[in-house]
Amino acid sequence: MKFTIDWLKEHLDTKLKDNQIIEKLTDVGLEVESFEKVSSDLDNFKVAKIINAEQHPNADKLKVCDVDIGEQNTVKVVCGAPNAKKDLLTVYARPGSVIPKNNMKLTVSKIRGVTSYGMLCSESELNLSDESDGIKELKSNKYSDKVGKNFFKNNTEKVIDLSITPNRPDCLGVRGVARDLAAAGVGKLKNISNMKIKNSETQKIKVSITKDKNQGCTIFGSCLIKDVTNKESPKWLKDKIISLGQKPISAIVDITNYVMLDLNRPLHAYDSDKIDKEIIVRNSEKGETFEALDNKKYKLDNDMCVISDKSGVLGLGGIIGGTRSGTEFNTKNILLESAYFLPRSIRKTSKLLNIDTDAKFRFERGIDPQSIEIGLDKAAQLITKICGGKVSKFDVQSIRKIKKNKIKFKISLFEKIAGFKIKDKEVIKILIDLGFKVSKKKSELELTIPTWRPDITQPIDIVEEIVRIKGYNNIKILEPEKNKIKDTLNKQQKLFHFLQRSVASKGYFETVTWSFTDSKINNFFKENYKEIKIVNPISSDLDVLRNSIFPNLAFYLKKNLDRGFRDISLYEIGPIFKDNKPGEQLTIIGGIKSGKISRLNWNEQNRLVDVFDAKKDTIQTLIEAGYDRQSLFIREKSPSYYHPGKSGSVYLDKDDIDPVAYFGEIHPNIIKKLDIKTEALVGFEIYLDYLKDKKLKLKDSKSKFQFSDYQKSDRDFAFVVDKNFKAQDLIEIISSIDQSLIKSVKIFDVYEGENIPKDKKSIALNVTIQSEEKTLEESDLEKINKLIISTVETKSGAKIRS
Amino acid sequence: MSDIKKLKDEFLHKLNAALNIESINQIKSELFGKKGKISNSFKNLGSLPTEERKKFASDLNFVKDELQEKINKKIQEIEIKEINSKLENEKVDVTLPERNIVQGKIHPVSQVIDEISSIFSEIGFSVEEGPDVENEHYNFTALNTPDNHPARDMHDTFYLDDKKELLLRTHTSPVQVRTMLKGKPPFKIIAPGRTYRSDSDQTHAPMFHQVEGLHIDKNVNMGHLKGCLNYFIKSFFEVDKIKMRFRPSHFPFTEPSAEVDIGYELKDGKIVIGEGDKWLEILGCGMVHPNVLKNVKINPDKYQGYAFGIGIDRLAMLKYGINDLRAFFETDYRWLNHFGFDPLDVPSNYRGLSR
Repeated sequence: MKFTIDWLKEHLDTKLKDNQIIEKLTDVGLEVESFEKVSSDLDNFKVAKIINAEQHPNADKLKVCDVDIGEQNTVKVVCGAPNAKKDLLTVYARPGSVIPKNNMKLTVSKIRGVTSYGMLCSESELNLSDESDGIKELKSNKYSDKVGKNFFKNNTEKVIDLSITPNRPDCLGVRGVARDLAAAGVGKLKNISNMKIKNSETQKIKVSITKDKNQGCTIFGSCLIKDVTNKESPKWLKDKIISLGQKPISAIVDITNYVMLDLNRPLHAYDSDKIDKEIIVRNSEKGETFEALDNKKYKLDNDMCVISDKSGVLGLGGIIGGTRSGTEFNTKNILLESAYFLPRSIRKTSKLLNIDTDAKFRFERGIDPQSIEIGLDKAAQLITKICGGKVSKFDVQSIRKIKKNKIKFKISLFEKIAGFKIKDKEVIKILIDLGFKVSKKKSELELTIPTWRPDITQPIDIVEEIVRIKGYNNIKILEPEKNKIKDTLNKQQKLFHFLQRSVASKGYFETVTWSFTDSKINNFFKENYKEIKIVNPISSDLDVLRNSIFPNLAFYLKKNLDRGFRDISLYEIGPIFKDNKPGEQLTIIGGIKSGKISRLNWNEQNRLVDVFDAKKDTIQTLIEAGYDRQSLFIREKSPSYYHPGKSGSVYLDKDDIDPVAYFGEIHPNIIKKLDIKTEALVGFEIYLDYLKDKKLKLKDSKSKFQFSDYQKSDRDFAFVVDKNFKAQDLIEIISSIDQSLIKSVKIFDVYEGENIPKDKKSIALNVTIQSEEKTLEESDLEKINKLIISTVETKSGAKIRS
Repeated sequence: MSDIKKLKDEFLHKLNAALNIESINQIKSELFGKKGKISNSFKNLGSLPTEERKKFASDLNFVKDELQEKINKKIQEIEIKEINSKLENEKVDVTLPERNIVQGKIHPVSQVIDEISSIFSEIGFSVEEGPDVENEHYNFTALNTPDNHPARDMHDTFYLDDKKELLLRTHTSPVQVRTMLKGKPPFKIIAPGRTYRSDSDQTHAPMFHQVEGLHIDKNVNMGHLKGCLNYFIKSFFEVDKIKMRFRPSHFPFTEPSAEVDIGYELKDGKIVIGEGDKWLEILGCGMVHPNVLKNVKINPDKYQGYAFGIGIDRLAMLKYGINDLRAFFETDYRWLNHFGFDPLDVPSNYRGLSR
């Protein structure tokens, strides 16, 4: 919403300075986006001096001039004027400027083989006179020190640009803004001069509104203006239109626009000679077409509100007019429309046809249904004044009475919500200034809502009106109370925060990436999940919700590798999506690690990252989060995007069906297909939703501290087992032999090769044996040794290596 | 008596001269070995007359202790000398680099979420969450934004189906609705999380973070809202005083609504939050609209309260001097390293929000 201070003052008597008005606008909720002069096209016309003028090599009548335009370098301009000569002061137009006479936009162009940058202008081209024989000559005494300055003064006033919230259609007109300011004490709202023009003739074109179901038009007002002379708008009107950054078209169009901006009353002017007999406001039928003023042809659906005549659709009511009945410079007779269209109907139609116009914007938010005649009156006055003509009586067709909405308002509600008190008298004054009719009954007000405020429907809206006009700075600051209703974080949230920092502490950088991703990358990781397409993606490579945490991590890993990094550890904690319904999402913490460990370190051997790095980070994270390592169980099963032989899954318990985590090396085919240039790449994923709640709080789950001071003994064993036999099972077998004696089992070597059969491997372990009750004798140790060997051999088919 | 003294003098002399461990051990066995001189003397104790025996034993013990101590001292001296001479050959260049350090980083958005949670925890708020995928009811309709409401155009929504029923939430406000539907007032919650709008340029990202706040009770008014935000902004920016301005605005789900600006000034091209004379918009808020309360089956005549929504990324940018919003989501290793936080740097009430 744009307007100038002067325009505002046509409606508001105020003595306040501009900046005070600006401040007040913000205070009442009309946010000022900017307050500045609009740069004008005319700024492109500069005072210039011809430094040199030479004959054009290929054309007798043309000259090539070097022109000083006040910048570092002169510019070359090809000119056909006979008076172009060295040292002449004249007017230069830059490429991009629009020549006032013919509205032609200048471009850099070649004229007979010589490139011309801009143009030197004649008086006629500048619309200063009809003189077109040569370029404008400027007097040197006045202009010699002005080279490079604007030729035209920018007379435009500073323009206020307001950002109007969708609830305030009334402030889409200057008058509405003035009313709010007046209520807030900026000044006095001027009365609208109510001198209706003499109109004796009746409006001869019949208008009817059909009683279709969901008819989008409830009031249609009109008047005929005969014998007008349409022309360019006078300067004051043109300036107004230009100051708002719009283009003047013709007096009639400019006037309808002006009234719209002034009163938020959209109007439409038809060339009445082009209307076939009568106006029928009706619902469209599927397949009807019309050509709109935006020069597009629209094909209509059923039940769109159209203005039509006997021959068909003239325009879409409240949205856009049609070319068939549009006004032109030679238009003689016009029909002026001032109607009320229902917001819902406007919104539906414009959405379906994808049309956005100024009128649509306003009707969609709600136009004052009582402004029909005021709008006709103001426009008709201006048209007859500028274009002449005779105005008919106003014809107003209506299928529904205008409802005056009333609400009861308990004054005490104000303090209850706003937290401070103001006097009843002040409340009433504010509401009256805003246009309410107020009658007080004890502590209650009965309010009639002004018809231009469709946003006000209940008492809370009245509270807002009072508090915003009174000023939000009157609201007191009440110090917050510190009472707590419940714990800040629940268990799952604590786990989230814990895991987030636990993984970072292992050298990973946390990243936050989009929840959507490229379907082409996602496909590598989506497994059995459904692809979830975004109907209107921001770009074609962010077209699906991610089914896994890896697509984006892989994508950005590649970007960082391309930046020259090699050893990268990245992780993200966030959602992945199983389906497109609310709640069909899982929270994952996933990390990837590339390259080497201890690269370029003088005293440590470097090595590639491998599955056991991923495993360590996964298991350690789970242990840190409070899960018992002894209970964790590993299986080989893992999703297809991992290396089939170098990956696994983690279960909280041996008997669990769902894993809580996966880890492993990323499948080499995927690394290749995504063209990730790294020596090695591993990753892991932990599913927060599957991590079972540890029922007890730490304070309740700590067991009694027990320890043994009796001597520990270590024994080493080496077993030869089948190659496929799992180390985890071997440890499990030994550990469960006698839990009161066997304190730990550690694998310190795994060997395949010489001296071991091809399908076997040797696992060497160290077992710590300690009793809670006594120091073990050599004979006790011998007994347990034998038991370990015999049990392992029976249960696993292993042989002790001698 | 003189025998003992002689013995003592003789061996002290020997010990003073002895140079290495072997010779000292030799002396040790001469004295205390099975046939050592001291041991023998004790054996002779029995042959002495009773009246002399006591004195002799006492003198002998005295000499024994003295010699023993001398021997220990001598051994220690030699050992230390040996270690010292060994150390001279064990010198390394300690200016060589340490073993590789791995230091992880927490993303600034996560850090700021923890800061926010910590601040609101102080004044009794708890954290709630909701799904990223929402239906239009929770995202719009229940929040007093019916389908025909132009306010829907204020949000550029990502849709997941052609009927436009499923979408990515455009704000964290649906969490208000979900929280109130599943519980009973009073409510005092914040809901940080991801939000989405199909908008992408220098200052807009298609995904960003918001924190929703909601406080519903019997007598919560706009003064409490102002107090809560005043407390939050001061705590978050870690300043004693701020300038704060409430401007009337419009959100369908609050009435009255406000946008909140804070004062700032530019110092060396950096934004300093506090008492400067420029205004910066940082959040939207208001009193929860009675229609919203009705939609979640709460009686608006009995309960009332406020809600607010703050852009987390923007807060992070302001506090930590980050210029480019898009960089938050571009996973540039250098950027993460530069703006990331150490994982041990957990914001909390007692040790302060930030270092």
